[in-house]
Amino acid sequence: MSPAGVRNRLDVAIKQKSYRAASGGKLHVLGELALSLDSGKVAALVGPSGCGKTTLLRIVAGLDHDFEGSVTLPAHGMLGMVFQEPRLLPWRTVEQNVRLAAPHARDDELQVLFATLGLATHRDHYPGELSLGLARRVALARAFAVKPDLLLLDEPFVSLDNLLAARLREELAELVKQRPLTTLLVTHNVEEAIDLADRLYLLSASPARVLADVPIAMPRTPHKPEELARLREEIARQINCAYL
Amino acid sequence: MGARLISLALLVAAWYAGSQLAGARLLPDPQAVALAIIEEARSGALAFNLAATLARVAVAFVIAMAIGSVIGFIMGRSRVADRLGDPWLIVLLNLPALVIIVLAYVWAGLTETAAIAAVALNKLPIATVTVREGARSLDRALDDMAQVFRMGAWTRMRHVVLPQLAPYLAAAARAGLSLVWKIVLIVELIGRPNGVGFEIGVAFQLFDVTRILAYALAFIAIMLAIETFLVQPLERHVARWRPQPA
Repeated sequence: MSPAGVRNRLDVAIKQKSYRAASGGKLHVLGELALSLDSGKVAALVGPSGCGKTTLLRIVAGLDHDFEGSVTLPAHGMLGMVFQEPRLLPWRTVEQNVRLAAPHARDDELQVLFATLGLATHRDHYPGELSLGLARRVALARAFAVKPDLLLLDEPFVSLDNLLAARLREELAELVKQRPLTTLLVTHNVEEAIDLADRLYLLSASPARVLADVPIAMPRTPHKPEELARLREEIARQINCAYL
Repeated sequence: MGARLISLALLVAAWYAGSQLAGARLLPDPQAVALAIIEEARSGALAFNLAATLARVAVAFVIAMAIGSVIGFIMGRSRVADRLGDPWLIVLLNLPALVIIVLAYVWAGLTETAAIAAVALNKLPIATVTVREGARSLDRALDDMAQVFRMGAWTRMRHVVLPQLAPYLAAAARAGLSLVWKIVLIVELIGRPNGVGFEIGVAFQLFDVTRILAYALAFIAIMLAIETFLVQPLERHVARWRPQPA
């Protein structure tokens, strides 16, 4: 969609980020951390709970400006984001929620999006009438409807049962195939990262640094068991190295 | 509905019993008051005075709600504004209604403007305090969402902020309406040549309890109608997204 020649990469170069703790001291959340992501690629940030992944995502989203370093967004910098909770407006219907975020979305595009995510019969429902799984799909639909230059996903499938999470992962992979999208996925689930990403960034415990970056050979295709085992072993080795 | 009717019937019965005990001069029975209402309605005085009072209630209410809500919203969102405005608010909240009314008449003369300003000024701090509470409790998560998706100022106000403020605005409106009409009566009693308050003042001087009750009941009936046909349907509309208990 963007004209050729426009720089289309996400570059994140953070020197450090700290909070002032309630007790008065400083709390380091992010250490020195650099990553870049080419157009149309999916990167997964994998790390233990509480390592600062969400903080990093908030910085990239422009919701937190209080850090040292720089973030350069791709092209026009239009963002789509799926938060940990669906964050829908409870007083607007499913369709209104999507349209308010994406006022320029065409009817036929929305129709395809709703159909892909199994939301076609729920367009006029209010979020309070949806299950968590459905509400998360609406959040996904909203993020895709804006046709973002950068898609940010913050543990979008957490607290769903395994079957449903797997289905939603497939749907997400399907959407990324339909419309290549620069995507930053935050997760603590290694399987999820392997399923969706072109590249894994393994993060350390807080203050987060990049421990290693692991490319995935055939992204978003079913992996052979031996391939999966090899990846898992490599990831485990990298993480263990860091703690020895 | 049935329980409400029984309760209302009991009230009328108690009234009747009270009038038998106290005598018609101190407490006229319901029938006498009903006849007085019909009498006033036939002469046209009832409609005229009700309209005058209702117009004052409406204007003062709208002014107080509009200005009070805006100030409350700003104070709820900005700590500096809150610190600056809070002492004023406390002064205004604790200034007796009567003092504001008398001062307004002294400073601006016995005019319509003074009357309405005095009523609005009495109601304004209550609207401000209520809406400030609402603005303080706005959901940061939804704010972030609106920012990420770059919603415009108008969209944010209408679809993100106002629905969150709606319960607070409704509470301010409901409390405000009953307060405003009581204060309007005092304003009319002291310095206006018409309206329900003025009529009650005249009736007081003549010791005409029947007329006092006739005007009071007629006005209560109107406020009840506004509540039933305007406020409640509006509330239902605003709360339509809330899941109904099955």
